[in-house]
Amino acid sequence: MTHISVTVDGTAYEDEVEPRLLLVHYLRDRLGLTGTPIGCDTSNCGTCTVELDGASVKSCTVLAVQADGCEVTTVQGLARDGEWTPLQRAFHERHALQCGYCTPGMIMAARDLLRENPHPGSDEVRKALEGNLCRCTGYQNIVRAVLAAAEEASASERHSAQEVTA
Amino acid sequence: MIPPAFDYTRPTSLDEAVRTLADAGEEAKVLAGGQSLLPLLRLRLAFPELVVDVGRIPGLRGVREDGDMLAIGALTTHHDVVHDPLVRRHAGLLAQATETVADPAVRHRGTLGGSLAHADPAGDLPAVVLALDAELVAVGPGGRRTIPARDFFTDYLQTTLAPDELLVEVRVPKREGWGFRYEKFHRVAQSWAMVGVAALVRRDDGHIAEARIGLTNMGATPLRASASEEALAGAGDAEAVARAAREAAEGTRPSRDASASPEYRAHLARVLTKRAVLAATGTG
Amino acid sequence: MTDQAVEPEVGRARLRKEDARLITGQTNWTDNISVTGLLHLAFLRSPMAHARIERVDVSPALERPGVVAAFTGRDLAEGLGSLPCGWPVTEDMVLPDHPPLALDEVRHAGDPVAVVVARDRYAAADALEAIEVDYEPLPPVLDLEEALAEGAPLVHADKGTNRAYVWPLRTGEDYESVRQRADVVIRRRYRQQRLIPNAMEPRAVAVAPLAASGEYTMYSTTQIPHILRIMLSVVTGVPEHKLRVIAPDVGGGFGSKLQVYGEEAVALAIARKLGRPVKWTESRSEGYLATHHGRGMIQDIELAATREGRLLGLKVDLLADMGAYLMLVTPGIPILGAFMYPAIYKMDAYEFNCTGVFTTRTPTDAYRGAGRPEATYAIERAMDELAAEVGLDPVEVRRRNWIRHEEFPYTTIAGLTYDSGDYEAATGKALALFGYDDLRAEQRERDERGDAVRLGIGVSTYTEMCGLAPSRVLRDLRYSAGGWEAASIRMLPTGKVEVVTGTSPHGQGHVTSWSQIASEVLGVPFEDIEVLHGDTQAAPQGMDTYGSRSLVVGGSAVHRAAEKVVEKARRVAAHLLEASEDDLEFKGGVFSVKGSPEARRTIQEVAFETFTSHDVPEGMEPTLNSEYLLDPENFSYPHGTHLCAVEVDTETGQTRIRSYVCVDDVGRVVNPMIVEGQVHGGLAQGIAQALYEEAVYDAEGNLVSGTMADYLVPSAADLPEFVTDRTETPAASNPLGVKGVGEAGTIASTPAVVNAVVDALRPLGVHDVRMPCTPERVWEAVRSARPGQKETPA
Repeated sequence: MTHISVTVDGTAYEDEVEPRLLLVHYLRDRLGLTGTPIGCDTSNCGTCTVELDGASVKSCTVLAVQADGCEVTTVQGLARDGEWTPLQRAFHERHALQCGYCTPGMIMAARDLLRENPHPGSDEVRKALEGNLCRCTGYQNIVRAVLAAAEEASASERHSAQEVTA
Repeated sequence: MIPPAFDYTRPTSLDEAVRTLADAGEEAKVLAGGQSLLPLLRLRLAFPELVVDVGRIPGLRGVREDGDMLAIGALTTHHDVVHDPLVRRHAGLLAQATETVADPAVRHRGTLGGSLAHADPAGDLPAVVLALDAELVAVGPGGRRTIPARDFFTDYLQTTLAPDELLVEVRVPKREGWGFRYEKFHRVAQSWAMVGVAALVRRDDGHIAEARIGLTNMGATPLRASASEEALAGAGDAEAVARAAREAAEGTRPSRDASASPEYRAHLARVLTKRAVLAATGTG
Repeated sequence: MTDQAVEPEVGRARLRKEDARLITGQTNWTDNISVTGLLHLAFLRSPMAHARIERVDVSPALERPGVVAAFTGRDLAEGLGSLPCGWPVTEDMVLPDHPPLALDEVRHAGDPVAVVVARDRYAAADALEAIEVDYEPLPPVLDLEEALAEGAPLVHADKGTNRAYVWPLRTGEDYESVRQRADVVIRRRYRQQRLIPNAMEPRAVAVAPLAASGEYTMYSTTQIPHILRIMLSVVTGVPEHKLRVIAPDVGGGFGSKLQVYGEEAVALAIARKLGRPVKWTESRSEGYLATHHGRGMIQDIELAATREGRLLGLKVDLLADMGAYLMLVTPGIPILGAFMYPAIYKMDAYEFNCTGVFTTRTPTDAYRGAGRPEATYAIERAMDELAAEVGLDPVEVRRRNWIRHEEFPYTTIAGLTYDSGDYEAATGKALALFGYDDLRAEQRERDERGDAVRLGIGVSTYTEMCGLAPSRVLRDLRYSAGGWEAASIRMLPTGKVEVVTGTSPHGQGHVTSWSQIASEVLGVPFEDIEVLHGDTQAAPQGMDTYGSRSLVVGGSAVHRAAEKVVEKARRVAAHLLEASEDDLEFKGGVFSVKGSPEARRTIQEVAFETFTSHDVPEGMEPTLNSEYLLDPENFSYPHGTHLCAVEVDTETGQTRIRSYVCVDDVGRVVNPMIVEGQVHGGLAQGIAQALYEEAVYDAEGNLVSGTMADYLVPSAADLPEFVTDRTETPAASNPLGVKGVGEAGTIASTPAVVNAVVDALRPLGVHDVRMPCTPERVWEAVRSARPGQKETPA
């Protein structure tokens, strides 16, 4: 057993874990954070994508011990006081999910893209989501949602810039 | 699936890591970003007794200039390689090829050193460091040694690294003014290269003065397309490039698997070499 | 209150009620289930395609830490029957035993031989490695034609044959004589590769027993909680009324969760044996072996036609790969296709034969479209070959043969009566959106220029049959269940509404669409409606979700049930308003007396009155509830025209989809946003069959494409932007006028893409490329083609 301390969605945890424990199993089975699902065993599907110290990772391909001392954000940590993030809203408004199993990973991967490239084109969105598989939507509405969230974010930036200059 | 049980240690210095590896012998596996090792563990294709997590050893991450070389720490992630201004300026081929590795989340964790030490001939980076004529620096109980990329890869998933040696740095000659292109051929964005061609071209007075071509997945190790390289010297037009590219599969031994036959791989190597060289010369 | 001009609920792009939980991670997947004392199961699976089990010893596993129990097939055989097949397509069909855990023989890689019960999933996985099994290898059976040959090794030796059944259909004139008078005969062999459904949520099952009363609650990643409950009670002997099945959030199915799986039966049996709650979750690569596959057919198709391209007759011979066992509807899948080969075309003769063949591979069963994509593929590919043969444009050859809109209702050569459709309208719209003529001009120009990247244009004009089916038709097809669906509606005292449906959604958005249907009929706000489903206790009756049946049958049942509520409410309102029922108007949820609009009662007020029941008509039962079980009158027949433009790089063989346009007619649309999403997803899966996906087996019967790294599910980066549109010809056979949309995209798109690939290469002498059209296959086709060649050898 190895001792780890991890902050997940703002809560600090101290635990003894087997070294082989996958981060995703730690989240799901130990912390009960079942919002992050598992879809494969080869790092291909991306459903388990979370943020580790601010960068997207596949939590099935990270050991819990590797997250020692780190901060993890899951889909369950995005909404604040019931207020959804622009990406969550856009996924809802653009019908970017059907069964919803890939959705947490898609949202986390899209966050990663928008952090690095706030104004992506649709091809850039498609490329950025290459590690996240969806079997329901054909991706079209996911791409639309990510573009819409980016648009909304830049509109609100413009808006606040105007407020500052006004 | 679920990894088999193993012991785990996280050395905080290079010395400690090397000592640990020396003590453990063949039963230890080095864990850097884990993006190659963890899938193997999850499918129970590897059963190490000890996993040595080198991920937090200080000083093994980042890129610096060292004369006419770039020194890239082995733990530098793919993501950081892609975005590093020095790499982009002096080793654009490496940045371009690294951007095709897996997907963004994997590139956040996976490391340059890890990819090279894993030595999968279908991985994109071994052929690239071969084409770049990079040097790989390893540290073991006997100290540091520098291994030319051409001597590093010995067989499928095999390198010259001893079990108690750790890859710490990748040294890449700066190649300013060279044209470059990594042509990766794969069936879906996420899949491994069926074949990849890493081309570097130095032009002189409208002709190709020198070409360096690395081949991904054309044998048990990454390979150079030497016959094409020779034939490319002096090539002045697309026709000459195409002629030279026809020799790209000389001396290769591509495998047969579910995704392609050896004949098709050889054909792809020729087509992709032509395309990569033309693109590298800015005429593609 | 005043009447407001509100947008009608049906037809409105309502945002989904389902989303809030799914985008915040507050989900209830089966693998999330955790109860005190939960034990975890892991299955040991055969590494061989075919072998006799000489010995299984689970005792070493019991020594491993955390292990509670371990069982072989023999240990559980008592009280665990054969897994069911619900569709014995012929009277003399060969139906082998299918033990949930293998007893004497394993018949496909992944066939389970033992199960471990442990305190956590890690311990369970570890213990599998301790189990000892001796296998005596037997020859694999992989090739469908060789399997039928005299003296072939047998999958089920006791049955004496690998032929599961032969199912013939002959309609219209005698095909042979029609063929005699044909100018042109097109004969082709097409192969439907095996596909792995790949619902994003892997399968899982959890069972919680209540030992004292012998009751069991099962959570399963199933599309069919109701059918599962019935079947498992038969398999395990747990009485049906003691078994509650819950399909919690289910992450996609596409047919793969329309099944009664061995792991479900074993989990129930172990929960009963140990009196402890148990759970099993498959890993993806385990699922590739253990969850049923789709497709897997060899299709010999023959068209007899005039030199003007008019069809005279059609003959189809199918070899269908059943895999190792006949599962829930395995044998019936190709039979569903039998009715679809004639598609939208008129002809005089039709002959169909299907032979089901056992092989030592994972069983096949329903996968999105189930029989209909295969049929549509073969006929739409062959129609292109006919067009090429007689020198017509592929669209024109279809136009010469399809049923014209004024000919509906039309009874096809296969005996189906298509109630409605307008192929001209959908095709016209699609051609315009696609820019067909411009693309053809570009294609000619590039061909003349000798461009190594060739442009190809593919068309597919499809129809399909949804809403399976009138129960009497299912009887004729020897299907073991009915085709009806149940809905009930409860108006609560506070005016809120609970709709209970027998459909079991797993991504389709029934909660939203059913709310819209109920809202429109009841005049109750959309937000005030909840839809209960997927739990045999909350929604006790139902036939579940598959075959694009949910809206057509289940949605129609909701509509009818809501009408029944309004009927009853009208009687109460008339009573309260002291008016005759005929004098009442009902609009926007308000009953009012014609001519005196101030005399009014809302339906919510009426609901409260029926709750107190203080003042209702004499003899009326309290509360405003209803129930409706709807048995459809006919199938419904969505149709449409799909057009695909591809660019094929003849140097590498790589195909890139340049544009994709589809115009579908799915009848009246309840929620256009959801309908569009269903089409998108269907297209992605159909395109994936055309270009990417294949379950590949080696000569020993090992699944080579055994992980998600090897089986190529396309990502966003691999698929194009789709242009979708609709025509709307209401179905005549259901009260909503809806036709079903879940499978249309998958059915139509595969032939559109492959037709485009072949169209790009036809001038080089290529007449077919086997699916998936991998770069290597395209390259090979180009390399071996000779211009002017008429046929590509199969």
